[in-house]
Amino acid sequence: MAKLEEYIPIVGQSVVDDLRRLAEKLKGKRVQHVNSTPVGGGVAEILNRMVPLLRELGVDTRWDVIKGGEQFFGVTKKFHNALHGRGEEVTSRDFDIFMDTSAQNIKEVDTSGDIVFIHDPQPIALIKKKTDNKWLWRCHIDVSEPNQKVWKFLMNFILKYDSAVFSAPSFSQRLPIRQFLISPSIDPLSDKNKDLPQEKVDEVLVKYGIPKDKPIITQISRFDRLKDPLGVIQTFLQVRRYVDCRLILAGGTASDDPEGIQVIEEVQEKAKQNKDIHILLMQQNDIEINALQRASTVIMQKSIKEGFGLTVAEALWKGKPVVASNVGGIPLQVKHKYSGLLCHSIEGAAFAVKQLLNSPEYARKLGENGRENIRNNFLLTRHLREYMLLFLSLFHGEDVIYL
Amino acid sequence: MLLKAKEPFRFYTRLHLSELTGLRATNLSQLLNLIKKVPGSCIYHHTHRFLQQHQYLSPEPPNDFAYWVTDVLGEDELGEKLSSIDTIQYATIRSLREKIVSTIEDYLKENGMARLRFAWEGEEFHFIKSVSFVLPTEYLVGDLGELLEVIKKITIDSIYFHIFESRLRLEKMDNDFSNWIRNSIGDKELADEISGLDPYTYTLDGLRNKLIRMLEKRIES
Repeated sequence: MAKLEEYIPIVGQSVVDDLRRLAEKLKGKRVQHVNSTPVGGGVAEILNRMVPLLRELGVDTRWDVIKGGEQFFGVTKKFHNALHGRGEEVTSRDFDIFMDTSAQNIKEVDTSGDIVFIHDPQPIALIKKKTDNKWLWRCHIDVSEPNQKVWKFLMNFILKYDSAVFSAPSFSQRLPIRQFLISPSIDPLSDKNKDLPQEKVDEVLVKYGIPKDKPIITQISRFDRLKDPLGVIQTFLQVRRYVDCRLILAGGTASDDPEGIQVIEEVQEKAKQNKDIHILLMQQNDIEINALQRASTVIMQKSIKEGFGLTVAEALWKGKPVVASNVGGIPLQVKHKYSGLLCHSIEGAAFAVKQLLNSPEYARKLGENGRENIRNNFLLTRHLREYMLLFLSLFHGEDVIYL
Repeated sequence: MLLKAKEPFRFYTRLHLSELTGLRATNLSQLLNLIKKVPGSCIYHHTHRFLQQHQYLSPEPPNDFAYWVTDVLGEDELGEKLSSIDTIQYATIRSLREKIVSTIEDYLKENGMARLRFAWEGEEFHFIKSVSFVLPTEYLVGDLGELLEVIKKITIDSIYFHIFESRLRLEKMDNDFSNWIRNSIGDKELADEISGLDPYTYTLDGLRNKLIRMLEKRIES
């Protein structure tokens, strides 16, 4: 696990000094994170890196995980989809299952921290244990158009928290409690983002049978309709009429997701007989994803809906020009024509990709700006700083706080 | 031999959190009504966010209102008027807010049709508040030479705080460096020279370099 010192060459000494100053102000406070899984998924990924760094800074931090059976997690998955705005039948029995498991967790999880930081809906009911300590609820989901039945149910709990945290301004709702905007982040030292030697990049291309003979357009994402892989292929076909290039669509799909399997079949059908399209159905392999991004000339993220879209930050961090849809957290990462190109349609995406392939200097400049935007705003160190400021905000109500 | 200050200068730094309000506008009338109502910390956020978030870009889109009016509503002329508001001329958030309000109101009087333009779903204007945390640093200086050495290495957040936030948000009327150089060092000429800069037209690193050059020149002379 990377130490704070290792971030200094990337973000500068002063950024790490600020973290130390803030940690000093949190001396004596016990911070407790609670989520639903120790591994897998973005929340656990961030906590796995965040918690050791908070401890290294001297902030007394622990991380607890709630328990739940298959039924409980089946219900919370339904909640997740419903909050994303997908039509999902949530029954009163689902709410009962949620409350039964929550009651068990309320009994078993120690929530005596001075600051209890609850991540996502699964452990939300623990708020019933609130005493005079401070409680935060972090919503990692796009709730811009939530299913009202589920949202109202969750509101019973949310209102008891001291503050809530969302990832994008469009996710915020009118709430009587304070709510903060904190974007997620990428770790520049993780396998997915660290520098790789060219030999490693070449090795991965060879492994997947991708020649380096022409520019490569890539989209990394699950095979999911919301990521619009078919739209990416159509975009590529429009570009390919004028510019000789290749397309890589790489990602995974859950084996128990029938829709995912259907999507990949459709994608494979659409791509067949075109030797310039490479469909890579991959197991989780961060180094290989890193290598494919680095091998690309242009990176796309043509999502129809997106929580935050950290794959965009990953691409920009590698200095790659990006063409991405103007949805979810993507416009926070890409300022159109400054740090990438935003699009609303297949035709728009194709035009943007052609522009970038035909104007390498422009593409390089966008990529450079993008990398600096990520350095300033979307790295783990910024996330760490904002979490510590968030903890401190619980003890101050003013808009200008002297520490 | 450099003049010693009557009082030393303590460098502070400023970190910030964005607080969501849940308030959003989909057209110019709503934007205008909310600009009139929201806390001053919102006006401050939307007129200063770019400085810190896009510090490497120059020239900057100067404020979120101008950006949204131009890029989302397509009202280029109003966008230009909003982006050319000379923020440095305003000593308080209140007066800056009044200027933004009158700019939009004047435009709407002459362009009634502009009220009919709506943002696409997902492109609404979201009002956000800036919450500042001000912390002292270990740097304490007593003359222009020491000031120069610290300006070379201090975080840009600290430079931001002393130049922008102190003047406008804390209503000190002038930036902290000019105040100290004028009142504690007694060098009115240099103080006025720094006050005369329009810091909104620099990137933060560009501003640091400008201050370094001004101080070096003064020390040499």
